[in-house]
Amino acid sequence: MSKEQILSSDGLPLEVSLKKAERKNKIKAVLLVAPLFLFIFITYVMPIGDMLFRSVDDRMITKMLPNTFAALEKWDSKELPDEKVYEAFYKDFYPLAMNKTSGKLYARLNYEKSGFSSGLKKTNRKIKKFEKGNYKEQFMATHKIWNKVEYWTALKNTAPKWSYAKYLKGMDLKFDDQRNIVQVDKDRQIHKILWMRTLNVAFWVTIFCFVLSYPIAHLLATLPMKYSNLLMICVLLPFWTSLLVRTSSWMVLLQQQGPINDFIVWLGIAADDNRPELMYNVVGTFVAMTQILLPFMVLPLYSVMKTISPSLMRAGKSLGGTPLVAFAKVYFPLTIPGIGAGCLLVFILAIGYYITPALVGGASGSLISNTIAYHMKSSLDWAFASALGTMLLVGVLTIYWVYNKLVGIDNIKLG
Amino acid sequence: MSKNKQFVRFDNVDKSYDGKILVVKGLNLDIEEGEFVTMLGPSGSGKTTCLMMLAGFETPTHGEIYLDNNVISNIPPHKRGIGMVFQNYALFPHMTVYENLAFPLRVRKIPKDEADKKIDKALSMVSLQGFEARMPMQLSGGQQQRVAVARSLVFDPKLVLMDEPLGALDKNLRESMQYEIKHIHESIGVTVVYVTHDQSEALTMSNRIAVFNDGKVQQLSSPDKLYEEPVNSFVAEFIGENNTFGGVVSDISGDTCKVKLDSGNEILANPVSVKSKGDKTTVSLRPERAIINPSDKMDNNHKGKIEEVIYHGDHTRLRVNLLGNNSFILKVPNSSSNLDIKSGKDINIGWNSKDSRALDPK
Repeated sequence: MSKEQILSSDGLPLEVSLKKAERKNKIKAVLLVAPLFLFIFITYVMPIGDMLFRSVDDRMITKMLPNTFAALEKWDSKELPDEKVYEAFYKDFYPLAMNKTSGKLYARLNYEKSGFSSGLKKTNRKIKKFEKGNYKEQFMATHKIWNKVEYWTALKNTAPKWSYAKYLKGMDLKFDDQRNIVQVDKDRQIHKILWMRTLNVAFWVTIFCFVLSYPIAHLLATLPMKYSNLLMICVLLPFWTSLLVRTSSWMVLLQQQGPINDFIVWLGIAADDNRPELMYNVVGTFVAMTQILLPFMVLPLYSVMKTISPSLMRAGKSLGGTPLVAFAKVYFPLTIPGIGAGCLLVFILAIGYYITPALVGGASGSLISNTIAYHMKSSLDWAFASALGTMLLVGVLTIYWVYNKLVGIDNIKLG
Repeated sequence: MSKNKQFVRFDNVDKSYDGKILVVKGLNLDIEEGEFVTMLGPSGSGKTTCLMMLAGFETPTHGEIYLDNNVISNIPPHKRGIGMVFQNYALFPHMTVYENLAFPLRVRKIPKDEADKKIDKALSMVSLQGFEARMPMQLSGGQQQRVAVARSLVFDPKLVLMDEPLGALDKNLRESMQYEIKHIHESIGVTVVYVTHDQSEALTMSNRIAVFNDGKVQQLSSPDKLYEEPVNSFVAEFIGENNTFGGVVSDISGDTCKVKLDSGNEILANPVSVKSKGDKTTVSLRPERAIINPSDKMDNNHKGKIEEVIYHGDHTRLRVNLLGNNSFILKVPNSSSNLDIKSGKDINIGWNSKDSRALDPK
């Protein structure tokens, strides 16, 4: 097929001159977006990348014990390793002990198998007096961990530079000595419970928010301006108040001697000496999170309802539908984009919520985010915190994907 | 079968929204079965409120509305069985054309095969067969309008209400839809109450027109009567073009009266709403009833000066200064034997006294 090239009036091919004409605008557009792009890259993409990286990064120990791992490579994991391995370990550990930089090693190996910490500490004290040669005996005399195969296996298991052990831990799984994936002991399975509780709380908070928001949003959309503005302010006022203030006010309200409990006692539902616990458990988390996330449901619903002409409901009724039928067949289906947006927003916010469960949730009301915070701040197992964070991120993306399949993201209106 | 003369009856109906202003005042209106009645009036005249009361979306503050001799004030809208076409069509945007039409049939639990026949019939009535699977958004304004009409008719209501249904269409489409709705009405004999503020639409389509102003029906009569014989100044002004002279009745005898105009001249007029000498009046005269240089003897004959000539294609419009009124409009058909019309020229203008109607003063 022959194609005649179209030329612009100055003789250049049309495509070229078009590009030339558009170039300036393109550069302008790129320059305008550049700051935001950079900002997002630095504050969002890089930290997330770092998080992903940290969650699988296990090179620290590989760098600290290079000789040991090299020597352990040939070990068959059946009997205690031979002298060469002990010698290699001495070579690695002695400088660490001398420089007083062996601390990180204790923590890392103790995650792998408890008992390492105390064993290594003792070794650390004694290693200075080790004599040359016959390291195996000297180590074995120092601490009992050095004459147990399990500890050597555990040490060997830390050799790979990259590890997904943290992810297994997040799902209450672990490697056993033979590097098979097994469940952790029953009494140590806490993460599954946390995940389930987080999903459960997020789900019910979404449902509560929806049930409470729908009528409010409908009122907002249909009331005359002067009332709807007032109501809008009532909806937004908590939104403008600090999260901390709102949560602490719930603490005031929900405490055992608080007004809500007083009211329950006054109604005679509970005895004065047997006041129900409304806080520091899942109830407190539900109540406070629902209240705090309410505006995120009301606003998308409102913005969609505002666009639904009141004549549609009238048409439904005039065509013979009872108010209920007109609502179910006409009004409700038209609000689905708002419901979708609101539910997705509330669910995703709820699944990663931190401050509220931390303050009013107590032990039985704390969520996965609180565990992440704990590992960031207290246990300093950043790798594990990163792994949990990544799992949360993947979870949210999965929900988004499922949601897109079910409702269709095009059907979502955020206002 | 004799037709019910009072198929729809408004009996002394008042309506107020805020307890301060009456939007509809003591409305009495009878509509015959099978009739096409238009409620015509400027915005805020209460016509839409009347329609909404009939549909059941507003309740009368006082008085009763009867449909086929039954009081309907206590019947909710969905039980009234009245079809309605809304101003913005109010098609359900999430349903196809078929589903839109099926809605009133489904809620009435009509079996599917019967419903399909009715839908097919209704769509063929508005010549939209083959559009069943389309969504309303995929249709043009005129097509949406047709679907709305079909939907309001598909469940065979005895009464159909239309609230400015053609307001959003362009002029050509509006005119063709006017005929279409009129033909549908004629072919199925349904009673239609139509609300519009467009007088030409009302004149084209209706059997009778109720002109609303200020919450009251000013005149209820057939289009020609409304145009030729308006009963008061408002109707004369609102329907068609109108030339007016303000003055006082100086003499009255039988079917003519003399009116002394503010300019001092006297003209002969038809006393419609003036009773006795000394009454203030506004004399109304349709532009086409005044003739330039009349050959026949006419009982009003005056000299005027052309102020402006406006070419309108099929006719030319003259603005003339006549008897102190410098916005007197004349229409001259553009035929080959045209007079020499130029701005600034003096011309003779004549008309019959029965065409100049002495109405209530403005």
